[in-house]
This record gives sequence, structure tokens and C-alpha cells, in this order.
Amino acid sequence: MKFDLETVLFISLSVLSVVSAIYMITRKNPINSALFLILNFFTVSGLYLLLKAQFIAIIQVLVYMGAIMVLFIFVIMLLNLQFQKKKLESYSYKSLTSILLAIMLFGILGYTVYFGFEGKFKGMSDKALEIGTAEKLGAELFTNYSFPFELASFLLLAAIVGAIVLAKKKFE
Amino acid sequence: MIEINYYLLVSAVLFSIGVIGVLVRRNAIIIFMCIELMLNSINLTLVAFSSFLGNINGQIFVFIVMTVAAAEAAIGLAIIISMFRNKESLNIDEINILKW
Repeated sequence: MKFDLETVLFISLSVLSVVSAIYMITRKNPINSALFLILNFFTVSGLYLLLKAQFIAIIQVLVYMGAIMVLFIFVIMLLNLQFQKKKLESYSYKSLTSILLAIMLFGILGYTVYFGFEGKFKGMSDKALEIGTAEKLGAELFTNYSFPFELASFLLLAAIVGAIVLAKKKFE
Repeated sequence: MIEINYYLLVSAVLFSIGVIGVLVRRNAIIIFMCIELMLNSINLTLVAFSSFLGNINGQIFVFIVMTVAAAEAAIGLAIIISMFRNKESLNIDEINILKW
């Protein structure tokens, strides 16, 4: 493997994303976890750019980092969890078992994914650059995929109504 | 040129870390963030296959997954807020009235 710019970017972005994910699940304070999750989303968006999916990368920054994580941080600050810090986490033999099971899951996934697709593709497709543009994706969304698009908008409407009803003070 | 299996391996690592987080942590908000991490790793797989196969359907699917993730975050955080209001706690071991 020769070390051109793409390889260096890929290695640094993927190492950063894995490290930030590990930091995210080990932090005690939820705010720190949320900030490391934002870093992880940012690196994954860089990986999308390496895969020539520009529009998805921008949407990742806008929707995940901009909207969803702001909602998370807002809720964490709203709930003010300082007073119950010590009794929140308790580790037992259960967590050891679950870590072992997750490592086994990674073994299965990693083996299948790494050796199953080795040398199957001769590099990225020639059409990859034009597929990722907003023009191509928009044209496809409004012609072939117009029904799923409308369903998604209906899902968002239901989510708005549900969130307001669930978070209301009086629940009648 | 980076092969597709490296992208898929990164995605598998992120997914497994998300699984560990869901199983080990007891804070409801962190479990929720781990679910977002898992959804994100699946998106990485879909985009990788989409650009290596030259097929646009994978990126459309990523679009729909992001919509579902946004809706899920709004509803889930509303549930967490009302849960905190009733129980004064976010520990999922204490939220067990549906379990017997």
C-alpha cells in the first residue's frame, strides 16, 4: 500500500472516529459523551467525502451534528443530572459478559466483511462522482422515490405531534 | 486507492462499539447516543457500497435512515424527559414497571 493523500486521510479519519467512539462510551459526564459523538460524526462525514458522496456528507453535518446533537445537548442541560452522579453507573459481571458478546459479534461481522469483499471491486465506480451530487439525488428522490419521500415527511409530522404530546406537563 | 473492505471494517468496529455502549451503560441518554452511533455506522456501509457499485439507491436509503434517526431522536428525548419527570432518574435499571 503506497501512502498517497487518500490513504493518509482515510487512516487518520478512521482512527479518529474509532477513538472518539471509544471515548464516547467511557465518559462519565453525558456532555463529554455528546461532544465526542459530534467529533465522531464529523470524522464519518470526512469518510463520506472520501467516498465521493458530497451531498450526504453535508447533510450529515447539517442534520446529525446540527440538529440531532443540539437536541441531545439541550436535553442533557435541561435535566441537570449533577445530584445523582454517583449511583448512575454500576458495573457487574453482566457488563463483562456483554463486552465479551459484543467482541464475538465484531469477530463475526469483521471476518465476513473483511474477507468476503477482498478484491471484489476494481476500485471505486466511475459514476461515483456524479452520483453523489445534490442534482442526481434530488432528481431520483422526486421521480422514482417520491412515495418513500412523502412517507418520510409524514413520519416527521407524526414525530412533531408525538414529541409535543409526550413532553407536555399534564398527561391526560 | 482504498479497498471497500477497509471502509466496511471501520463500520463494523463502530457498530460493535455502539453495541458495547448499549449493553454496558445504564444512563438512558448515553444508550440513546449509542443507538445513533450504530445507525451512523450502517449509513457508512450503505454509502460505501453505493459508490463502489455506482448505484444511487444506497444514498437514497441513507437519506431515509437520517429522517428516521431525526424522528427517533425527537420522540426518544421526549420520552426521556417525561420519564425523568416521573421517576427523578435516568437509570434504566430503575425504570422497570413494565417488567416482572
